[in-house]
Amino acid sequence: MKKVISFPHLSNYYIPISLLLEKLTNLKVISSPHITKKTLEIGTKYSPDSVCIPFKYNLGNFIESLDNGANILFTAGGGCRYRYYAEVTEVILRDLGYDFEFYKLIPEDKFYVIKAYKLFKSINKDLSFFKYIHSLIYTLLFIFYMDEIDKIVRKNIGFETKKNSHSSLYKRMLNEFKKTDSIFKLSFLYFKYRRLFKKIKINKPKDCLRIGIIGELYTSMEPFSNYFLESYLAKANIEVKRFTNLSYLLWQKIFIVRHMLRVSKKYCKYTLGADGLDNVYRAIKLHKKNYDGIIHIKPFGCTPEIGAIPIIQRVCNENDMPIIFFSYDSETSTEGIETRLEAFIDLLNTRRDKID
Amino acid sequence: MTNAYLGVDIGSISTKGVIIDDNNNILASSYLWTKGNPVDAVKEVLCELKSKVNNVKIIGVGTTGSARKLIGTMLGANIIKNEITAHAVGTMSIYPNIRTIIEIGGQDSKIILIRNGIVIDYAMNTLCAAGTGAFLSSQAKRLDVDVEEFGSIALTSSNPTPIAARCTVFAESDLVHKAQMGHAKNDIIAGLCKSVALNYLNNVAKGKKIEKPIIFQGGVSKNIGVVKAFENILNTKIITDPNGHLMGALGVAILSKSGKNINFSFDITESKFNTNSVYCGKCPNNCEIICVRKDNTLIDSWGNRCERGYDKVINIKK
Repeated sequence: MKKVISFPHLSNYYIPISLLLEKLTNLKVISSPHITKKTLEIGTKYSPDSVCIPFKYNLGNFIESLDNGANILFTAGGGCRYRYYAEVTEVILRDLGYDFEFYKLIPEDKFYVIKAYKLFKSINKDLSFFKYIHSLIYTLLFIFYMDEIDKIVRKNIGFETKKNSHSSLYKRMLNEFKKTDSIFKLSFLYFKYRRLFKKIKINKPKDCLRIGIIGELYTSMEPFSNYFLESYLAKANIEVKRFTNLSYLLWQKIFIVRHMLRVSKKYCKYTLGADGLDNVYRAIKLHKKNYDGIIHIKPFGCTPEIGAIPIIQRVCNENDMPIIFFSYDSETSTEGIETRLEAFIDLLNTRRDKID
Repeated sequence: MTNAYLGVDIGSISTKGVIIDDNNNILASSYLWTKGNPVDAVKEVLCELKSKVNNVKIIGVGTTGSARKLIGTMLGANIIKNEITAHAVGTMSIYPNIRTIIEIGGQDSKIILIRNGIVIDYAMNTLCAAGTGAFLSSQAKRLDVDVEEFGSIALTSSNPTPIAARCTVFAESDLVHKAQMGHAKNDIIAGLCKSVALNYLNNVAKGKKIEKPIIFQGGVSKNIGVVKAFENILNTKIITDPNGHLMGALGVAILSKSGKNINFSFDITESKFNTNSVYCGKCPNNCEIICVRKDNTLIDSWGNRCERGYDKVINIKK
C-alpha cells in the first residue's frame, strides 16, 4: 500500500509543515482539508463531550485526511492537556476502524532533535543527518518569516485603501516561498516581500484603536476556531496585536520565561502552565504600551487559562484596562459573539472620546 | 407635523417599541410578546404605535435586540446597535447619575458599569441562559403559577428554600427534590428568586465592582421577588423604573438621531416579509445564507463567510 502522510490543520502553517514532512520522508503528504463546519461536526461527533475544542478540530482533521487516503498521521503534543490528546485520538480513530500509523513529534513536552531524527530515519532510510538539520532550519525560518510578515499585516490590514491587497500579496508570497529550497533564497524573498508589504497603500490615522489579543494558543492561531476574530476587527478599522505564533511557541518562549516572571512578579511567583503566565505578562505589557483594550480568548474549559483569568482580571482592574473574555466551543452561531464585540468596540470608542 | 424617532427592541421573549420627539420625550410605547416571530411582532408593535400618535413625521429608525439585523433591514433603519450600548444610552438619558445597570431579560443577562457618564465595563452571560427570565417562566409552569404572580407570592415567604444557583439544570433537580420533601410553594418560589439573583452575581457580575446608584431593568425587574432578593444580598436600595423594559428601545431611538435622516412610513406593515435560508454548497462549510424578501423582492442576505455564496443568492432572485 502506498504511504500517504497527513497532519492536522493550523491556519497557514500547513504549508511549511507539509514541506518539512515531504522532505524528511520522501513520501506523499496531503494536508488535511481546510477547516469547515463539516470538520467540526465530525470532530464533535466522535470526541468526548467535555474535551476542549482544539481536540475536536484535530480529530475532525484526522478523519477527513484518513478518508482522503492518508495512512500515516503526525501530531505535535506537549503543552497542557494537549500532551495526552495524541493517545486519546489514536484510540478513538482505531475504534472507528481506521488503519494507520501514528507519530507524536513532541513526546515529553520537549522536542528532542536526535530522537526525532531516529523517528524519521525509521520511515525514510535515505535521510541524512545533514538534510534533516537543513530541513529543520529551513522550516523554522519559513515559519519565522511568515510570522514576521503577519505582524506587519495585522498592523495595517484594517486600513488598506484597496480591498484584499494584503491577503492577495500574502498568498503570492507563500507561493514563492514554497518554490524555493535554499535558505539563502528564502531570506532574500522575505526581505523582498517585507518591502512590498510596507509599500501597500494604507490610510491609517495616528490615533486608531489598538487591541491586543491574548489567550490560548490554538484559538489564537486558527482563525476558524475564533470565528475570524481578526478579520472582524480589521473591518472595524482596528490595529491588532497578537503575541502567540508558532515561532514564539517553538523557540522564542524559552528565552523570555524568566523575564516574564520578573515583570509579573507582583502577580505570579511561578508559571501557570501552558501560556497562563505569558498572558498575565502580556496584559501588563499591553497596558504599559497604552493599548486601548484586551480580548482574551480560550476554548471552553481550558484549565491553564481558567487559572490565569482571575489574575489577568486583577491586572486590568488595577490599571483600568478594558478587557473582554470569550470562550469558544462547538456552537456555530456568531450572533452572540458579534454583539459582545460590537459593544466592546463602542465602549473603547466612547472612552477615547471622553478622555480627549 | 413634528419630527419623531422610532426605536424598536426585539428581544427573544418580548418586542418593545417607542416613538420619541426631539427632546427625548416618549410619545408612544408598545410592549408585546415576540412569540418566536419577530417580523409579525414588529408589525403589531408598529400598528399599536401608529394608533397612539398623530401628526408626526418619523425621520429616524433604530433597532436593537437579538433580531436587530433582520428588523433593521425590514424597516430600513438608519442605525442598528447592540443591546448593551442601547441600554446604556437609554438609561443615562433618564438617570444621568447611574453607576450600575443590572439587566435580566428573557434569554440573556448583562451588567453595565458606568462612571462619569461613560460605559467603562460590561459583561453578558456566556454559554447558557441560566438565571434569566426563560428559567423563571419554565419553573413557573412546573409549579403551575403565573410568572406574573411570582414576585407577590415570593414576598409572602419568610423562610426561602435554598436552591442551587449555579446552573439551571442543577437548580431544577434541586427544586424537584425540595418540593417532594414538602417545602411550601411560596418558600420555593422565594428561593428561586434568590437563586436568580445569586446566579447573576456569581456568573455575570463576577469580579465587577457594583456601586450605587443601581438600576434594575429587563423583564425580570418586574418581578418584585427578584428585586427584593437583590436588595437583601447587596444591602442597598435598587431603582426600578416603570419604563425599565423600554430602555433599549429608547436608547436606540436616541442613537438614531445621529444617523442620516430617513423617511419612514407606517405603510410598511402592509408589505409582506418573508425569510428563507439557502445553503451555499460551494465548499464543505456549506454556509447557511439568510435571504430577506419584501413583497418577494430580495432586500438583503447574510450568513455567508466568503463572496462565493453571493452568486447563488443573486441567481435565486432571478
